[in-house]
Amino acid sequence: MKMEDIKKSHHEDVCPSKKGKLDLDSARAHIAAVQGPEYWRSLEELAGSENFQEMLHREFPKGASEWLDTVSRRGFLRLMGASLALAGMTGCTKQPLEPIVPYVRQPEELIPGRPMFYATAFTLSGYASPLLVESHMFRPTKIEGNPEHAASLGAADIFAQASLLDLYDPDRSQTITNLGEVTTWGAFVNAIRGPLSTQKAVQGSGIRVLTQTISSPTLAEQLRAMLQFYPQAKWHVYEPVNRTAVRAGARMAFGQPVETYYKLDAADVVVSLDADFLYAGFPGFARYARDFAKRRDPDGNMNRMYVVECAPTSTGAKADHRLPMRAVEVEEFARGLASALGVNAGSGTLPGDPQKFLEAVVQDLKSHRGASVLIPGEHQPPAVHVLAHAINEALGNVGRTVIYTDPVDANPVDQAASIKELVGDMRAGKVDLLVILGGNPAYDAPADLNFADALKSTNIPLRVHLGMYQDETAELCQWHVHEAHFLEAWGDTRAYDGTASVVQPLLAPLYGGKSQLEVAAFLAGQSEPSGHDLVRAHWQKQHPGADFEGFWRKALHNGWIDNTAFAQKTVKFTNSIPPATKADDKVEINFRRDASIYDGRFANNGWLQELPKPMSKMTWDNPVLMGPKMAEAYKLQSKDGVELELNGVKVRSAVWIQAGHPDNSITVTLGYGRRRAGRAGTGAGFDLYPLRASGVGDFTTGVQIRATGEVYPLASTQGEQTMDTPTGARPLVRAASLDEYKKEPEFAKEEEPEPELTLYPGQKEFNYKQETYAWGMAIDMNKCVGCNSCMIACQSENNVPIVGKEQVIRGRHMHWLRVDAYYQGDRAAPRAYFQPVPCMQCENAPCEVVCPVGATAHSTEGLNDMVYNRCVGTRYCSNNCPYKVRRFNFLLFQDWTTPQLKMMRNPDVSVRSRGVMEKCTYCVQRINQARIDSERENKLIGDELQTACQQSCPADAIKFGNINDPASAVSRLKSQSRNYSLLADLNTRPRTTYLAVVGNPNPELES
Amino acid sequence: MQIFHRSTNTISRATIFGAIFILAAVLWACIQFQRSPYVTYAGVARPQPAPFSHQHHAGGLGIDCRYCHTSVEVSSFAGIPPTKTCMNCHSQIWTGAALLEPVRESFRSGKSLVWNRVNDLPDFVYFNHSIHINKGVGCNTCHGQVDRMPLMYNYASMQMEWCLDCHRAPEKYLRPRDQVFNMRYEVPSTATPVTFNGKEYKDQTALGLDLVHQYKLRSVYDITSCSTCHR
Repeated sequence: MKMEDIKKSHHEDVCPSKKGKLDLDSARAHIAAVQGPEYWRSLEELAGSENFQEMLHREFPKGASEWLDTVSRRGFLRLMGASLALAGMTGCTKQPLEPIVPYVRQPEELIPGRPMFYATAFTLSGYASPLLVESHMFRPTKIEGNPEHAASLGAADIFAQASLLDLYDPDRSQTITNLGEVTTWGAFVNAIRGPLSTQKAVQGSGIRVLTQTISSPTLAEQLRAMLQFYPQAKWHVYEPVNRTAVRAGARMAFGQPVETYYKLDAADVVVSLDADFLYAGFPGFARYARDFAKRRDPDGNMNRMYVVECAPTSTGAKADHRLPMRAVEVEEFARGLASALGVNAGSGTLPGDPQKFLEAVVQDLKSHRGASVLIPGEHQPPAVHVLAHAINEALGNVGRTVIYTDPVDANPVDQAASIKELVGDMRAGKVDLLVILGGNPAYDAPADLNFADALKSTNIPLRVHLGMYQDETAELCQWHVHEAHFLEAWGDTRAYDGTASVVQPLLAPLYGGKSQLEVAAFLAGQSEPSGHDLVRAHWQKQHPGADFEGFWRKALHNGWIDNTAFAQKTVKFTNSIPPATKADDKVEINFRRDASIYDGRFANNGWLQELPKPMSKMTWDNPVLMGPKMAEAYKLQSKDGVELELNGVKVRSAVWIQAGHPDNSITVTLGYGRRRAGRAGTGAGFDLYPLRASGVGDFTTGVQIRATGEVYPLASTQGEQTMDTPTGARPLVRAASLDEYKKEPEFAKEEEPEPELTLYPGQKEFNYKQETYAWGMAIDMNKCVGCNSCMIACQSENNVPIVGKEQVIRGRHMHWLRVDAYYQGDRAAPRAYFQPVPCMQCENAPCEVVCPVGATAHSTEGLNDMVYNRCVGTRYCSNNCPYKVRRFNFLLFQDWTTPQLKMMRNPDVSVRSRGVMEKCTYCVQRINQARIDSERENKLIGDELQTACQQSCPADAIKFGNINDPASAVSRLKSQSRNYSLLADLNTRPRTTYLAVVGNPNPELES
Repeated sequence: MQIFHRSTNTISRATIFGAIFILAAVLWACIQFQRSPYVTYAGVARPQPAPFSHQHHAGGLGIDCRYCHTSVEVSSFAGIPPTKTCMNCHSQIWTGAALLEPVRESFRSGKSLVWNRVNDLPDFVYFNHSIHINKGVGCNTCHGQVDRMPLMYNYASMQMEWCLDCHRAPEKYLRPRDQVFNMRYEVPSTATPVTFNGKEYKDQTALGLDLVHQYKLRSVYDITSCSTCHR
């Protein structure tokens, strides 16, 4: 850097958010002039912009270490001087007396100091994630997948894991309210009893119950019992992200709403039509990710995946061939595919590239009959699902890779029609008692129905809302009943294959809330229903034998009920493919569930809000995603404010340029812009529901985009913590095709410096080989699906705080483990790779030698220990870390006061305070516990020891263990030829290594 | 012009010279203060809701440590007995004793007794009882002669130097596993030899080194790694 440049940069604003915009003109010029890097994380990096170069050389982004609060620098120094003097004094205070409170009667199975694990299940939109929940003295502290359940195999998705934070959310609704006044369950019962008996006289014709998608057998039974009790009452179902199109497609194809699930381990060719099946929220995701990853071993029988999709997803990133395509055109593609495979589906010739892509897919599918699978996305219209059913049948996949069963959903109605009918009845004055069991329709119902207005302006005498939050809907109902969290109440649910699980609570309701089941049973005429008795009674009916007690205990212990998976169904294709609709050329808008906060229900969950979305690495926001070319045409840059207009409704948002997004199409995600979410969610992002009227569905065309001229700060971590690869060094991501790998299996290897190479001659090396244990980790990038499960697992296990949007913009986010997304090639259709980056635990750790107080030091087992109580916060270590994995508590990010959050923390890990550096320790608390247990039992630790990230990985991509044991899983992975270290030329000798990516591209599409 | 008298030279010299000693003395005083029972509570009994006597129960009646501290062999935490454990006996004996009223009250009302923690390590230290018991560290090695304490106090400073004293040379303190809960255990000497594995030891170091080997203690480097106790 020249002197003038340094001066210039000193004068620039220290806040990067104000200048962090990509100058497209200079970027274009730059791309034309120089060859960019082969792999890039952000468009800035591709263009080699100055901002990026600067970011690269910095420990934290510019401004991260500046004091930008209202207190002036001088004022701060004054305060600091005083606090330093006082801090010296606090060192001399003696430890206060600490109370210790034993039980009066200690529960028998409890061993204080040791966690217990209970099997239960989390349900999202009707589909269960089977769980094993860790409990310390009966406080749930960590949610993991149930390793013995076939739908989980140990993995839990981000939503299931982060639901722990919801349990302890201090903003949760804590009481029953009537017109905003705190009241009691008794008062509610009294208030509703009269109207209920009035309704009994008219057979309940004024009763309407609105639920979300329900798969719970007991809850469905109770609701049906209520409908029997009040024959004229109606049960409506609505959820903004639903599978109505999937059911409609199945009805068209087979005359019944069957459930489809897939056996990906048996599929050689996988084709996704806009289906994001390798990400949380897709039913069966955990199992699919495992089965898919199993077939990505280049030494085994590798599968090949084609993805045709609109918004870039992590599933698309895993594809061997991805075709960016507007969502409206996917139907045409499906028709083309169907016709070429002998299904009578009308015309289907696509122009240019898609046709070439289609022909290649057809050839591949034809040569893998019975061992291929076509997966349609749930937001595609029913016609695409019908075509997919037809194609899967034509290929002979049904029964092999595609399985049909009864629907998991207990009431598979058309949800859009259901809510429309309800609002119609409300406006017609037919509703006397409206009970909303969960959900937030005032916020997320189709905009044209104006559900909030229907609640407000019609005179429904009694409106009851059961929910976890005092949300937008609770506000408009006279009665709000606080709902119990699933870890507080009994229930049951079904996994994607129909396997039923009992939802077992881990603690009594913190605020005495009621479950949906209990309220439904109350409506069905039971006076004091207990969730436990209801669930037990239901299953006793299914299993009436004398051995019920044993059956029940087994179901609770295992986390599932034997022989409840739905039987495979044989269905007959009726061959009624709907006629083609021609896609128009107007600008398309896609409404997708958000990768982090789903449909808005997790809006107040800080872990999810701050979780970088897989492709854009966006946190705390939902900008409009737009392809680079389209953005140029509209003269828009990332962070530019825009106004979207659809059918006369206008909504403001900001733009984020997303490489790989097809042109003439934009994608927005739902769930943001909440008015009454809580301290984390209220006001974050933009509410896009107003654009989504009932006819719109998940995508439509005709949206108009106008720049507003504003600039909106967006907190994307893309490009933060970029590792600096010197010119000429091997890139951090290494990839080859299967053919290249077969020819040169060692392609990822590079010449590493001699271990003895050191500036300190005579220094004796510690011989780690002599130790019993040497901990190491290997991450198979070929398996990693970028689902972020590891990040939430790490956050939960290690008490990692969240920092908020403003702090993320400054690069101060605290995730110990990040998942870097790298792109390669054309901006319009790049390839993408995921690289989870925890601490490398270097044997020659650059961070250790610079610590002036010895707060970071090496353990004999090769861990780069971090001693929080010794750290004085010089940040020299993170300055010297080439992998940028150290995180600094610039402010007091951890909540030290909220009592609920104290209950949530892992008691085996220190809670860090301000001014302390922290980082991944390979979950040293788990290592220590395993070591102590194994030493007591006089045996060696085997592969049963898992780090939190490894445990939660659905793709089984992370292996951790003893690298001194050649038989351990991690050693076997590290001995593969694909194994390589990041920045190996620095001679840091990292213990975390990566397995290079080997794709399986179709030679016909390689150009 | 001479303002100060010549004699002030001596005074100033003495002051400069003395300052070193004064500063050293202040420093020494600070360090001693930090290690004093005033700060560490070593040897100081803390106020408790009921005057429980280990001397009476463990020493006089000979109740094993593990009758109350049930999880000491399997968990990091030794366990504080629930009120129920007290009432196992005290529903039969001393049923009317006034001193036991807080215990009976707790049992009646279901409200826990709130004790003051005696052996209190800082929160950033992750100590595990089970592994120490397993490797032959006696209860009274750290807790002192609990059976002679009418009121409980911590015997040691519980400061890091005290931990490291043993972690740097465990052979100085280890004893055979079957002697861990023996409050009357005497370190081996010619007068009180200790038998282990059929061999008689008259010297702690010899016994300690054999135990280190026999109990597969990790090396001193291993057990002084930071993450052994801090995480």
